[in-house]
Amino acid sequence: MTDIREVSVDELRHLVSDRALSGETMLLNMGPQHPSTHGVLRLLLELDGEIVVNCVPDIGFLHTGVEKNMEAKTYQKAEVMTDRLDYLNPCGNNLTYCLAVEKLCELDVPPRAQAIRVILAELTRINSHLVWLGTSGLDLAAMSIFLYCMVEREKLLDIFEMVSGQRMMTTYIRPGGLWRDVPVEFEDAVGSFIDHFPEELAKYHALLDTNELFLERTKGISTITQKQCIAYGITGPVLRASGMAYDIRKALPYSGYEQYDFNIPTRTEGDIYARYSVRLEEMDESLKIIRQALNKLPYGPVRSNNRKFVPPPRSEIGVSMESLIHHFKLWTEGFTPPKGSVYAVTESPRGELGVFLESDGSPKPYRVHYRTPTFANLQIMPILSRGHFVADVVGAIGSIDIVLGDADR
Amino acid sequence: MGVEQKLGNMGVVTTSLEQAVNWARTNAMWPMLFGLACCAIEMMAAQASTYDMSRFGMELMRASPRQSDLMIVAGRVSRKMAPVLRQLYDQMPYPKWVIAMGDCASCGGVFNNYAILQGVDEIVPVEVYVAGCPPRPEGLIHGIISLHEKVKKEKLSKWA
Repeated sequence: MTDIREVSVDELRHLVSDRALSGETMLLNMGPQHPSTHGVLRLLLELDGEIVVNCVPDIGFLHTGVEKNMEAKTYQKAEVMTDRLDYLNPCGNNLTYCLAVEKLCELDVPPRAQAIRVILAELTRINSHLVWLGTSGLDLAAMSIFLYCMVEREKLLDIFEMVSGQRMMTTYIRPGGLWRDVPVEFEDAVGSFIDHFPEELAKYHALLDTNELFLERTKGISTITQKQCIAYGITGPVLRASGMAYDIRKALPYSGYEQYDFNIPTRTEGDIYARYSVRLEEMDESLKIIRQALNKLPYGPVRSNNRKFVPPPRSEIGVSMESLIHHFKLWTEGFTPPKGSVYAVTESPRGELGVFLESDGSPKPYRVHYRTPTFANLQIMPILSRGHFVADVVGAIGSIDIVLGDADR
Repeated sequence: MGVEQKLGNMGVVTTSLEQAVNWARTNAMWPMLFGLACCAIEMMAAQASTYDMSRFGMELMRASPRQSDLMIVAGRVSRKMAPVLRQLYDQMPYPKWVIAMGDCASCGGVFNNYAILQGVDEIVPVEVYVAGCPPRPEGLIHGIISLHEKVKKEKLSKWA
């Protein structure tokens, strides 16, 4: 553990302007313990009165060593780490990792597993957007929206708990399919959620869309142009709110997203309000995808039949010697994919989530690297906050929907 | 607390000072609004309408350590965060308590590596450990009630 020490201005010289050094502007520290930094982000603000001149994000307070830890585990065991990366998108993280492993091992996933994966990934997107809406509403002094969002989130968590036994860290999507088939109540539970949720969405719109205080703090604040977004590698709702209809689910479809009919919501303003309305519309589109997937949910197996990579069902172990051997090999040594490297990418609620796997032919990945959306999106914090009030920095952080577990890994 | 029945409707309650103080402390224990990782989301859920922690006098999450009595370490503590966490603990006024929420804060959890502190008790004294990755809101509430039980048995001299 390092000691806390005083930092002299000389050490910050490369970060701040001459005006700050001469005392003309003020340096203000925000975070890592601040209620509106959504975790442990630290911002160094340079202020001219109450106007932000510059903003330097300082990340790494939640650095977990996930990538290194995954390299010390077999491919199956490394998956539990992925849930805890971006903890608002556990199913999406599992899916990205499994897509990479499946690409590496050339595994086929049965259609039923594909459809359930899509349903769960979209439910997770709604879940993540609900937490975002609640907390960023809270930052802008809208307390009641937080309480309404958390009630709906509990209903979603009940569905995740039903399928996997865990509320948040599901690890339900596995390489080659799913852990097991969904219980019989699943379809009814999801069906009643998607029937009921549009009413709730209308409630959120009614609470915020005409709320003068909310509009004052979101419209025309923290704007970013499409060109700047592309230059910084920004993806997800932030990019779509600046006018570009780019979504991995359409651009590079995975898990059968090409079968579903949905739109990419876009806005052109690029301000906080545009990001807010893009996310709310995305929840609507997610409901559309879930409804289509649920209506044509095929029957059949949920795991690949390739016994070299996917464990056999329990029932087979008692009767087949070969299955017992496969089971033993898979849970002790793990499977050995061929040599090579793959990159798999999905659309997380925050943007493009990519995983790079390098295999040296052993049961453990040689290198794991994550391309996380929050890490890229945080780069625009200086652009979003320059020229605005300190109070608007809070809204800007909320509007890019940061999850520090995702940025720091 | 002993209500003297034979006094009838005179409305007199007799108790010891120690019990009265501890009763007051357990019924208005303000936690610090301080989330680290995944567990912080479940801590928020415990605050929200479904689980409603305000039933236990804890609806006020204080953003400032100077105004809080209880630190809920919700999530993994990295080596970069550790000095900050200790400073926050030092800034809290007495009496103060710490709950380690979740496996990461209790013992490092699944992250046995260079970056994560193997249990927050390496840097601050912990009263209650809540298991789970992340614990359910019910788990956190159970941890808080266990802390309340513990505080009710405390001697005044402990914080004197």
